[in-house]
Amino acid sequence: MENFTPVSAVLGGLLIGVAASLTLWTTGRIAGISGIVAGALFPKRADVAWRLLFLGGMLTGGLVYLLFNQGSMDIQIQSSPLTTIVAGLLVGFGTRLGSGCTSGHGICGIARFSKRSFLATSVFILSGVLTVFVTSHV
Amino acid sequence: MSENVAAPGSIPIQTALSLLIAGALFGLGLTISGMTNPAKVIGFLDFFGNWDPSLLLVMAAGLGVSIPGFQFTTKSERPLFETRFYLPTRTDIDAKLLLGAMLFGMGWGLAGFCPGPAITSLISLDGNVFLFVLAMFAGMTIHHTAFE
Repeated sequence: MENFTPVSAVLGGLLIGVAASLTLWTTGRIAGISGIVAGALFPKRADVAWRLLFLGGMLTGGLVYLLFNQGSMDIQIQSSPLTTIVAGLLVGFGTRLGSGCTSGHGICGIARFSKRSFLATSVFILSGVLTVFVTSHV
Repeated sequence: MSENVAAPGSIPIQTALSLLIAGALFGLGLTISGMTNPAKVIGFLDFFGNWDPSLLLVMAAGLGVSIPGFQFTTKSERPLFETRFYLPTRTDIDAKLLLGAMLFGMGWGLAGFCPGPAITSLISLDGNVFLFVLAMFAGMTIHHTAFE
C-alpha cells in the first residue's frame, strides 16, 4: 500500500462532492459526466449550453491544477493504443447502456438513494476489479 | 414552432457561472485526488495485487458531502436558479443497466479511465487521452445509433 495517498484523496473527494451538490442546488442538474457528454453529442432538446459550460469548467479545473503544479499532471497510461481504443469504446457504450458512470451513479445516484445507481456502481466496480485481475494476474 | 435541438439554449448568467465553477471544482477534485492518473485507478481496482485504497477515500469523501447535499437540496421545491429539478425518474432494474455497468467496468479496468477524469485530462494535451476520449465518443455514437 505504498502508493496510498489519503490526504489528496479526501481533499479531491470533498471537492467532487461539493461540485455535484452545487450543480444540483443551483441548476437542478445531475453532474453525471457520461450523460452530460452524450447529451452534448446527441442533443434531444435545446440544452447543450449548460453541458458545454460544465465540461468547459472541468477543463478549467484541470488547467488550474496544471498552473499550481508546474504545468504537469501525472497521467500514466499503461495500456497499448489498441487496448486504449477498446477501453474507450466499452466505456462510451457501457455508460450509455447503463445510464451513467462513476459520477452520475457513484456520487450523484447513491446520494439520491437510487437503487439503480447503487446496483450499477457495485457492478462496475466488481467488473473493473475482475478485469484488472484477469489482465494483471492471469 | 418546433424546438431547434441544435440551438444551445439560453442560460441566465448566474446559472452559467454556477456551472463553470462547479465544473472547475469537479475537474480540480478529479486531478487532486489522482483519479486522472490511470495507473492509480488500476492500483485501486487491483484488489488481488498491490492494492491502493486511495480511490475508496475519494468516493467516501465525495459521498460524505453529496449525500447530505442531495438529501437537503431535493427537499426544496426548486433549485436556486432554475424552475425545476432535472432528476432521473426510473426505478426499475433491467438487463441494460447491469450489462451497461459491466461493460463500462471492463473498459475502466482496461485503461484506468472513466469519463470525468478522461475529459479533464484532455487539458494535458496527452495524445493517448485524446485517443481514449475519441473512442469513448465512438462508443456513445454506436449506442445512440443502435438504441435511440
